[in-house]
Amino acid sequence: MKANPKNVLSGVHNLTGGQACVEGALAAGCGFLGYYPMIPALDFVNHFIKRSKETGSKFIQMEDEISALAAVIGVSWTGLKAISITSSSGFSNMMEHLGLGVMLETPSVIVNVQVVGPGDGDSGLPSQGDTMQARWGSHGDYEIIALAPGSVQDMFDYTIKAFSLSERFRTPVLILTDNVIAKRKGKVSIPEASEINIYDRKLYKGPKDKYMPFLPDDELVPPMVNIGDGYRFHVTGLTHNHRGYPIMNEECQELNVHRLVNKIRENTDKITEWVEDGVDSADIVVVTYGLLSNAVKKAVEKARAEGIKTGSLRLVTVWPFPEKRVDNLASRLKGIVVPEINLGQMVFEVERASHGQTNTFFVQCSGEEAGDVEMIFGSIKEALTKKKKYDDIIEYTPKSHGA
Amino acid sequence: MEHSIQIEETIDAAETRLSMEKWLRMDRIPHIWCTGCGIGLTVSALVRAFDKLNLDPDQVCIVAGIGCTGRVGGYLRVDSLHVTHGRAIPVATGIKLAKPELTVVVIGGDGDLMSIGGNHFVHAARRNVDITAICVNNFVYAMTGGQVAPTTPSPAFTNTTPYGAYETALNIPFLAESAGARYVARWTALHIRRMSNSMMEAIRKPGLSLVEVVSPCPMYYSRINRLGEHLETMKFYHENSIIKHGEPTENLKIDFQKQIIVGKFVDKPTGS
Repeated sequence: MKANPKNVLSGVHNLTGGQACVEGALAAGCGFLGYYPMIPALDFVNHFIKRSKETGSKFIQMEDEISALAAVIGVSWTGLKAISITSSSGFSNMMEHLGLGVMLETPSVIVNVQVVGPGDGDSGLPSQGDTMQARWGSHGDYEIIALAPGSVQDMFDYTIKAFSLSERFRTPVLILTDNVIAKRKGKVSIPEASEINIYDRKLYKGPKDKYMPFLPDDELVPPMVNIGDGYRFHVTGLTHNHRGYPIMNEECQELNVHRLVNKIRENTDKITEWVEDGVDSADIVVVTYGLLSNAVKKAVEKARAEGIKTGSLRLVTVWPFPEKRVDNLASRLKGIVVPEINLGQMVFEVERASHGQTNTFFVQCSGEEAGDVEMIFGSIKEALTKKKKYDDIIEYTPKSHGA
Repeated sequence: MEHSIQIEETIDAAETRLSMEKWLRMDRIPHIWCTGCGIGLTVSALVRAFDKLNLDPDQVCIVAGIGCTGRVGGYLRVDSLHVTHGRAIPVATGIKLAKPELTVVVIGGDGDLMSIGGNHFVHAARRNVDITAICVNNFVYAMTGGQVAPTTPSPAFTNTTPYGAYETALNIPFLAESAGARYVARWTALHIRRMSNSMMEAIRKPGLSLVEVVSPCPMYYSRINRLGEHLETMKFYHENSIIKHGEPTENLKIDFQKQIIVGKFVDKPTGS
C-alpha cells in the first residue's frame, strides 16, 4: 500500500523530533491520537492537533494515560490507526492497557519520550531508563516490538515502520525515544506519498457468522474486522479461544498465549532490524540504540583514528533483540561496549546473548554528547586490554552523595 | 409509606424469546450468573430496549469491564469488547469518537464503573460522550468473593466488614448528575418493564446517560446479611422501593434494608 498524499507533508522541513514523529504517523495513515498531557510529549501533541485541521484526524485528551491508551484500543478496533504519546511516568500508567492491547491483538503505536525516574523523576533529563519496562512492564508472558530512533529523521522513518509492524503483526508497537530527540530540531526529508510504503492490517473477508477474531493465518496473525461492519464479534482480555470467548483453563491459556508469544518469536527475523558499521573487522563493538547513536559514531571514529579496530551495532528494534547476531559476534570479539543513559539495562541483554564468550562493558552516559563521546572512547580502550569478571559489568561510583 | 407500590406487568414470554434469540449468543447459554441474581433480568430489559428501538444489531457495540456484570458483553450477539477492570468507558469513548453512528453501551457493576472506573465515569459524564452506561449495583464485589464495595450501605456485613460496613456508601445518581450526566434513572431488578423503558430513553438520549439497576447478590450479600434465599432479596428491593420521578438526586442515598427511591431523576436536554 502507498501513503495517502493528503496526509504526507512531502519535502524537506525543519522539524522537532516530536513533530517528525507526527508526520510519520500521519503518513502511515494514523487518524487518531489519545493522550494525557506530559511536558516532554507536548511538541508531538500540539503538532498533531495543528495538523488535524488538514488531515481530518481525530484526537482526545483523556483523564489519564490509562484511558488514553484505552481509547486508542477502542479506536483501533473500528479500523482507524491510532497512536498515543506519553513520557516515562505516563508510560508506567499505560502498562495495564499495553497488556490488554497485546491480549486483544490490537494494532496501536505508543511513543514514550523517556525522562529520568523512578517516581516523578525529572521531566527535563533524557533517559533510556524504560528499556526493560518496555519489554517486561505489563504482567504475564508476552513479546513486544519496540523501536529506538536515533535522530530526528529516524523519528519520521521509524514511526512509519512502527505502524507497519503493528498492523502486520496485530500488536502494540513502542517507540522509545527521549527528551532530547523529541525536542531537537533538525532537517527531515519526507518523500512523496507514492514513495512511502505502508502496511494495512489484513481484513477478514469470509462469511460474517464464521469470523473468529483469534484464528491465526500462516504468519500466526489473525485477520481483523472492524466494529460496526456486521461481524458481531466478541473479544475479551480474559484467556480466550479462537472465537474470542473466555475459556479459562490451562489448555486454552496455552493455545492463546503461546501463539501470542510465538507470533513475535517465530517472525523475529522479519521484525528485527539493526545497523552495523565495520563490525566484521572489529576487535571491539559498541552496541547502542536511540539518542547515543551519534556519540557512539564519534567515539568509534576516534578509536579508529588511534588504530583500534572498532565497529558499532545500532539497534533499530530494541525488542526483539538481535540475539543470534550478538552471539555470533561475541564469539570472536575482544569486548563489547554498551553505553546507555541509565544505570545498566540493555547491557545485561547483550551480556546474556554473548554467552560469556567475550567481556561486556557498561558505560553510563548522560545524553550530553561531548562528555559521552569521551566516556565511550575511554571504555573502548579499556575493553581492549581489561579482563572483567561478571560482577564487574557495572562499576558504578557515585560522584557525590548529596549537595 | 404514602406512595403506593406499583406491581410490574409481566413480560410476554413468547415475545421475549424471539428477541432473545436475535440479540443473544445462544451458543454461550447457559450463562454464569447465580440463581436470584438480577443481571439476567437487566440483560433481558436491555435486549427488549434494543428490540423496541428497532436497532440494527450490526450498529450496536457493547463494551464491558471485569466482574459479574462485565460478562454481559460476551452474551450479546453484537460487536462486543470485554476489556480491563473499570476501563470500559474510555474504550467506549474511543469507539464512539471514531464511529459516531454506532449505539455504544457500557455495562458494568458498581465496583467496575464507580470504584476502579469512577474517574472515567466522571469524565465521560463531564465530556458528555454519547454513550449509555448501565450500572448493576449489588452493593458488593461479587466475583471476587464478597468484599465491601463503595456502594455497600452501612452497616451491612460483607466478607471484609465482619463488624459491618462503616464508610459512607456512594450515591450513584447524585455523582452522575453532578458530573454532568444528561439522563439518570434507577430501578430495581424486578422493575423489568420500567427499567427497559428507561434504557430506551437512555439510549435515545444524546450524551451520557446512566441507568442504575439495584440487584441482589444472593451469594455474597443476601446470605451474609440474612436477607433470605434466591428471589427473596429481589422481591424485598422491589416491594420496598418507591417511585419518585424527578426526586433531587441528593436524596437518593440507599440505606441498609430501607426504602429505595427509584424512578427517572435527570432528563436534561442535550447541550445544557
